[in-house]
Amino acid sequence: MSIDISQFHDVFFEESFEGLDAMESGLLNLDVGAADVDEINTIFRAAHSIKGGAGTFGFMAVSEFTHVMETMLDEMRNGERDVTSESTNLLLESVDVLREMLTAVQQKTDTDDERIADIRRKLEAMMSGEEVSTEVDNNVEPAEVVEVSKAAGWEISFNPHQHLFQTGNDPVRMLRELASLGELTSEASDSKLPPFSDLEPEDSYLSWQLTLLGDIPEQDVVEIFEWVDDDCDLKIEAITAQEEGQTRVEVLVSALDKNDAVSVEPEPVAPPEVQVVEPIAVAEVQVTEPVVTAEVKETKVNVTPPSTAKVAAKPKAAAATPAASSIRVGTDKVDSLINLVGELVITQSMLSQIGDNFTPEMLPQLIDGLAQLERNSREMQEGIMRIRMLPISFAFNRFPRLVHDMTDKMGKKVELKLTGEQTELDKTVMEKIGDPLVHLVRNSLDHGLETPEVRLAAGKSEQGLLQLKAFHQGGNIVIEIHDDGAGLNEDKILGKAVEKGLVDAADVLSPEKIHDLIFLPGFSTADVVTDVSGRGVGMDVVRKNINSLGGTVEVVSKRGEGSVFTIRLPLTLAIMDGQTIRVDDENYIIPLISIIETLEVKTSEIKSVSGKGELYPLRDEYVPVIRMYDVFNLEPHTTDLEEGLLVIVEGEGHKIGLFIDDLLGQQQVVIKSLETNYRKVVGVSGATILGDGTVALILDVPGLMALYREPSLALVVNNNQAA
Amino acid sequence: MAKILAVDDSASMRQMVAFTLKAAGHTVTDAADGQQALNIAKTQSFDLVLTDVNMPIMDGLTLTKELRALPAYRFTPILVLTTEAGMDKKQAGRAAGATGWLVKPFNPDQLLATIKKVLG
Repeated sequence: MSIDISQFHDVFFEESFEGLDAMESGLLNLDVGAADVDEINTIFRAAHSIKGGAGTFGFMAVSEFTHVMETMLDEMRNGERDVTSESTNLLLESVDVLREMLTAVQQKTDTDDERIADIRRKLEAMMSGEEVSTEVDNNVEPAEVVEVSKAAGWEISFNPHQHLFQTGNDPVRMLRELASLGELTSEASDSKLPPFSDLEPEDSYLSWQLTLLGDIPEQDVVEIFEWVDDDCDLKIEAITAQEEGQTRVEVLVSALDKNDAVSVEPEPVAPPEVQVVEPIAVAEVQVTEPVVTAEVKETKVNVTPPSTAKVAAKPKAAAATPAASSIRVGTDKVDSLINLVGELVITQSMLSQIGDNFTPEMLPQLIDGLAQLERNSREMQEGIMRIRMLPISFAFNRFPRLVHDMTDKMGKKVELKLTGEQTELDKTVMEKIGDPLVHLVRNSLDHGLETPEVRLAAGKSEQGLLQLKAFHQGGNIVIEIHDDGAGLNEDKILGKAVEKGLVDAADVLSPEKIHDLIFLPGFSTADVVTDVSGRGVGMDVVRKNINSLGGTVEVVSKRGEGSVFTIRLPLTLAIMDGQTIRVDDENYIIPLISIIETLEVKTSEIKSVSGKGELYPLRDEYVPVIRMYDVFNLEPHTTDLEEGLLVIVEGEGHKIGLFIDDLLGQQQVVIKSLETNYRKVVGVSGATILGDGTVALILDVPGLMALYREPSLALVVNNNQAA
Repeated sequence: MAKILAVDDSASMRQMVAFTLKAAGHTVTDAADGQQALNIAKTQSFDLVLTDVNMPIMDGLTLTKELRALPAYRFTPILVLTTEAGMDKKQAGRAAGATGWLVKPFNPDQLLATIKKVLG
């Protein structure tokens, strides 16, 4: 039978990556000098499983590499090797290499063989320092197998010990197997059989004299007795071809073990060819530029909303990363869904019963039924959403390592505390929040927390505290990053902002306003650009990324006491609260989270500024007015600002006013991607289907701001109008 | 065919073993560690037990010892799935009362051949 074992690869990769995570966190928890044996055992076991699986599934390079790590871990757990910070760090590096190797195998890409070989050499070098030969002694002389290779058969004396059955072995099995090799004649001896009264039915009393004829390799015969050679007296003698029955070369049973050991030694595989590939930097996570506003120039915005579902079915296969292809769901979640489906079916049958013989008196029943249906579908929706929810520990997991590595490098002492790791968050949001979180943590470690000397001088404890907290608040998840470091330096920030022309020197700003300046594009207060957080991407990118998820980020800081960055995110990206608005006869949705207020304005309040269009004075600032009918090239019911409404929305820390015809209702909308079904449109983040079946576009506030800031866009619009 | 209890903490190995054995017509129950296996073994009977050695909570050798102490498993074939670590591991398996061993890595054919050897 041939079984395709590649079908188990996915499970193997999944569990191996989990194993690597376990190894990593285990290694980070190891206390140098006084390591916890259980902890080492866990790490060892993870390595052991990866090695075994990799061998089984044919990933020999992975298996071999892991073998070296396993050997080192084995020595540690047996107390033969001390846990030092060097060895821990080397093992951590090895975990990285192994992760790269597995990823490469999984995605069928190349590995950095040089780096692998390098780490492997380091591991081997560390071990050879005090190599203890724990291998089996090979003091048994190889049996004279060569001389007897021309055997015409074998004479076997097999005398099982009394307790043989208690190992689950059965002589019948061995006789059967021998018979399958060649011509077998057997002679049983019952000479050891005790008188019936003393007979122990569970013991073995018989012995056999066997003759096996045929050109059979000795190895095959030996293998049959492999499991019992300690539980019997065994003699295997060759019958030579020339003089059958005369020249017998005895093969010592003691040699069997040796043979056995040799036979199972894995084929040494040649070291992988060395290819020079650009070395991959160690797990560096960079916040990449978001694409939200990057495509302004090539975008036309006179798209009228597709009022029916005429959007061409052109689904672009989303390039999902392999890791994203499966999701683990707790059985309790699935069970509750099945319950809900049950209830839904009951409601449905109730409603169809009402429908079958409907009379006007049944109206209250019908209304009840519909209310129940509404409740069922809402519960189903919540239940299905919960399937996509993962505990935030998935995003928090990488921080112990990150903090360990960074503090090591910077000579700082920091304790990392994670709380609320079980707080659940939509998978998509989770994937996208990772990078901004890393950036904020790096920022706190680099700019916030001080070196031990500085801390002591400031009367603080030597060790800094970095806390990551996650919790639910309303329909949002809140993630806080606390540090008890130096806090934001208002003077420095203000000085920098003035120097960069971001604010006027004469401006009087509250501390909060000053703190918020760090989120402006191109802002960096580090005296020296370090390789830790100074990467040319600043907090503006963090804010942009978080905004693009429909979230917000704020900072509260106190000089000398530390800072708290607070991220607020919607629980899911698939559904959001929206405000329906009307322009012309079209409906649009504005995300409720971005709306600040809605006003009726007087034309006299509007200031026209050349190059900036119309501005509306909202308390102490001027807010640009964007006429939505212009943006979408529509015939408005009114162009008079006094007859419509101005919706003030905020995104990326700026406000704009959207001029619309009317406000309709608020509702939860299911977001459908425009990009997958049509193409990217600046100013529109997606579409949704309203209760009456029509399609409404969901406005993208940051996108609309980009439109406002890019004057050339107006030309595009005008050209299209002219055409 | 035979009723087999397969014990391994690695899900991929467990699936591979179970799939292979089921394809050969056996009935397979699996467990992720020794303790789980022992609990199952106490409520059902099996013709053969296959167990990994290195597992959390209860390892395969302890499981073997515990099973041998149960009257129902005194003579049941128990095979340990071990890595190539060498004779010392095998001796330990034998001392614990294992019938035999299968060296990892193995492929489905090797697994079936070994099972056949034990079950006839």
